[in-house]
Amino acid sequence: MLKYILKRLVMMIPVLIGVSFVVFTMMYFTPGDPARIILGESAKEHEVEAFRDELGLNDPFLLQYGNYLKNLTLKGDLGTSYSTGKPVTEEIVNRFPTTMLLAAMSILLAALIGIPVGIIAATKQYSVFDNVGTILSLVGVSMPNFWQGLVLIIIFSVMLGWLPASGFYGPLYWILPAITVGTSSAATIMRMTRSSMLEVIRQDYIRTARAKGQSEKKVIMKHALSNALIPVITVVGLSLGILLGGAVLTESVFSIPGLGKLMIDSIKQKNYPMVQGGVLFIAIIFCFINLAVDLLYAFVDPRIKSQYKSMRKTGKRAVKM
Amino acid sequence: MKKSFKGNSKLVKSSQSKEIAYRLWQNKAAMAGLLILLVYVFLAIFADHLAPYGFDDQDLSRRFIRPSAKYLFGTDNLGRDIFSRIIYGTRISLRVGLISVAISSSIGTLLGAIAGFYGKAVDNIIMRCVDVMLAIPSILLAISIAAALGPGLSNVMIAISIGSIPSFARIVRASVLTVKEQEFVEAARSIGASDLRIIVRHILPNCLATIIVQATLGVAGAILSTSGLSFIGLGISPPTPEWGSMLSAGRQYIRDHGYIVFFPGLAIMITIFALNLFGDGLRDALDPRLKT
Repeated sequence: MLKYILKRLVMMIPVLIGVSFVVFTMMYFTPGDPARIILGESAKEHEVEAFRDELGLNDPFLLQYGNYLKNLTLKGDLGTSYSTGKPVTEEIVNRFPTTMLLAAMSILLAALIGIPVGIIAATKQYSVFDNVGTILSLVGVSMPNFWQGLVLIIIFSVMLGWLPASGFYGPLYWILPAITVGTSSAATIMRMTRSSMLEVIRQDYIRTARAKGQSEKKVIMKHALSNALIPVITVVGLSLGILLGGAVLTESVFSIPGLGKLMIDSIKQKNYPMVQGGVLFIAIIFCFINLAVDLLYAFVDPRIKSQYKSMRKTGKRAVKM
Repeated sequence: MKKSFKGNSKLVKSSQSKEIAYRLWQNKAAMAGLLILLVYVFLAIFADHLAPYGFDDQDLSRRFIRPSAKYLFGTDNLGRDIFSRIIYGTRISLRVGLISVAISSSIGTLLGAIAGFYGKAVDNIIMRCVDVMLAIPSILLAISIAAALGPGLSNVMIAISIGSIPSFARIVRASVLTVKEQEFVEAARSIGASDLRIIVRHILPNCLATIIVQATLGVAGAILSTSGLSFIGLGISPPTPEWGSMLSAGRQYIRDHGYIVFFPGLAIMITIFALNLFGDGLRDALDPRLKT
């Protein structure tokens, strides 16, 4: 297992170098002069030129990228924010817990709604519950979350006055953003749980369990659900990664001081190091979540665990999940 | 002999298409989705005749009029009729959705087909690039590209297309890997067909079901991303009646005039809902084994 994890970590390195190159290239070609933006319109041309030299913006593209990569790999330095003068890493570390908290609450909410609804919909296929659940899940997937956020603000903050419309200062403030971000994931998880359960409950071993006289609850929860969990875990894991990126829009709607809002503000200020650092950071988290999901399979399905073990024994190439 | 073989193949294809069309016809949800989409297409084509006002007809004397018989969805902060702007917005959304998917599916299919067919080093190089792109959440990738290119309709389409290429490439590659092992591909190779011919004439038509389904759902994703980009000011700028930019412009007035943001968002939701219904139905019709 350890060898498998190490292998995956090594495989992550070229991907992340690729991500850094892609993001660096995009930001390099973004129109606008960061030196001029930082110093303001009133700055004289020679001052701007000197500042460009200081920032290394006059160096050739590959040299700039090389320096960026060198600082990143040797010192873990993502650069300095143009707007605050603080290290990008520090800014990210300050903002990330808020985004992570929002994503974690949303995914928890999504799983708590999506999995039970999916199970019931599958066990009562074509019932009213199934039809309503399926339609609601489609509506959930189809709703743009920034619009849903605005509608929730109109209903619960403006009309009813129950919940605050912006900020992220305590549990009351977390409710609307978590519902906003979690709805589409809940819908996706519900759809996946339903289809995965439907596939499993038609298997012979489920019929056997029923024939042996086991209670329906035990058949569903023990035999069916544990076998239907792998695709569900994949969706939950992927959703968490997507939520981290997708929270950008929700944070903007609710004025949440998270990583997403920081990135949007940085893009508008042409704060390149901040954007590069933010995207790279989210990509790293995304890769780690994918790895965690793959490892979680081993705990859910003993067959996959033995596959990992046999890889270690035979030294075969890792089977990409 | 050759002629009759060709005739048989045409017959098989036509009966297959009929069967798919029949299965699709039988799926009420898919038909409902298709009907909604056709209404949107109709609105987009005849917007000039159907919209009661122009999309940029400003009149400050009629600001913030609530939904009424005269102004079905009310008016915005500049006195523009929201209903008319939504009708004109259909053109933008459908255009962005279709063109972005056309671009991303063409490039993604090409890359996926080459990677899947040639394998080895070619596959490795293409798929590692795809992995890099997939490591960045798609909306974040689209935001970064849109920021680099600047706002505007064509830039949004490019940003969204680039963001969707990796998923097309991965799906098509997986499909090609399965199809290329089939006997008819071996048969084509044995009679001396070129690689290009094998890919274009034999492999890709057999991957079409996957590509079509992904494209239908991709249009939904593209429309959603466009409105998201416009919402944060990186997409299509006002006064173009793009639904996301309408939401963005109206959000500061939601305390007193919630309808300004309600209807454009509803238009987005119904479009995505219809595309999802139709996409799901199409998938079931093209490959009934996937139906659960």
